[in-house]
Amino acid sequence: MEGIDKRALSCLDGEFPVCSRPFQVLAAEAGLTELQLLTTMEVLTDRGAVRRFGAALRHRTLGFTANAMVVWQVPDNRIEEIGSMLAQFPEITHCYHRRPAPDWPYNLYTMIHATSRAECQRIIDRAAQAAGQDQYLVLFSTEELKKTSLKYFNFI
Amino acid sequence: MPLDREDRLVLNALQQGLTITEEPYRELAGRVGLTEGDVLQRIHGLKERGLIRRIGATFDSQKLGFVSTLCALAVPSDRISEVAAVVNGYPGVTHNYLREHEYNMWFTLTAASEPELSRILQEIVKKTGINKMLNLPGIRTFKVNVKFNLSEV
Repeated sequence: MEGIDKRALSCLDGEFPVCSRPFQVLAAEAGLTELQLLTTMEVLTDRGAVRRFGAALRHRTLGFTANAMVVWQVPDNRIEEIGSMLAQFPEITHCYHRRPAPDWPYNLYTMIHATSRAECQRIIDRAAQAAGQDQYLVLFSTEELKKTSLKYFNFI
Repeated sequence: MPLDREDRLVLNALQQGLTITEEPYRELAGRVGLTEGDVLQRIHGLKERGLIRRIGATFDSQKLGFVSTLCALAVPSDRISEVAAVVNGYPGVTHNYLREHEYNMWFTLTAASEPELSRILQEIVKKTGINKMLNLPGIRTFKVNVKFNLSEV
């Protein structure tokens, strides 16, 4: 995090104002200049540290009510190939290789959003067929208990 | 109230992202062929209607030097809210979902260091008395791209 203005970072991790000069508004609240904030955002972006700068939508409200995490047990030597291939599916929003745990052999994790469970299942069937894998588990979500973005201010 | 064409344009453009510039909403307005005033008004409306969860920057915590993991707990059905209160009490827990499985509570945890991460997980086990826990740290990210094509809804 060298060279990153921590005060700037901690005002960028919150809600971005919806107004004509949002960087100026945020900067004024934090006692910084608009230019300091713009520069910090640019530095963070150049380092690949900004995953998204825009809107996160409430997908359930928009009709994407079905959400499944599918965990796959794939051979270690095919993780790269299958992970990259599953990542191509537009309906798959997240795809991670994770370390398995004792009695939990799953090493590839995908998140699927769709407008119904049946639609989710169709996507999963297509993904399983494309990957040539049948060792997987579908974990539908039933309730969102928490969803926030990280407040770095809590840590620095 | 259904989304009209302009709402969809604005939502899709907001998902594509804002530009790092003094007037990012003016830039977005130019992309979708609306005025800045119109875009600002529509965004306020979409937020009020609950369609936009948040506008802002989301950082890759690992690139900022943090560590994170995905965990699952096997929580008895009559203890869900009590255990959720303990887990959600940590600011490093950003997502927590109930899922249909014996391991039913799935959450992500970010911390400033590995020892801190382990300490929090041990504390959760101790506070809840639930020791059926999976700790599944990421090895590689193939994709994180949460965008919804609003022409479908």
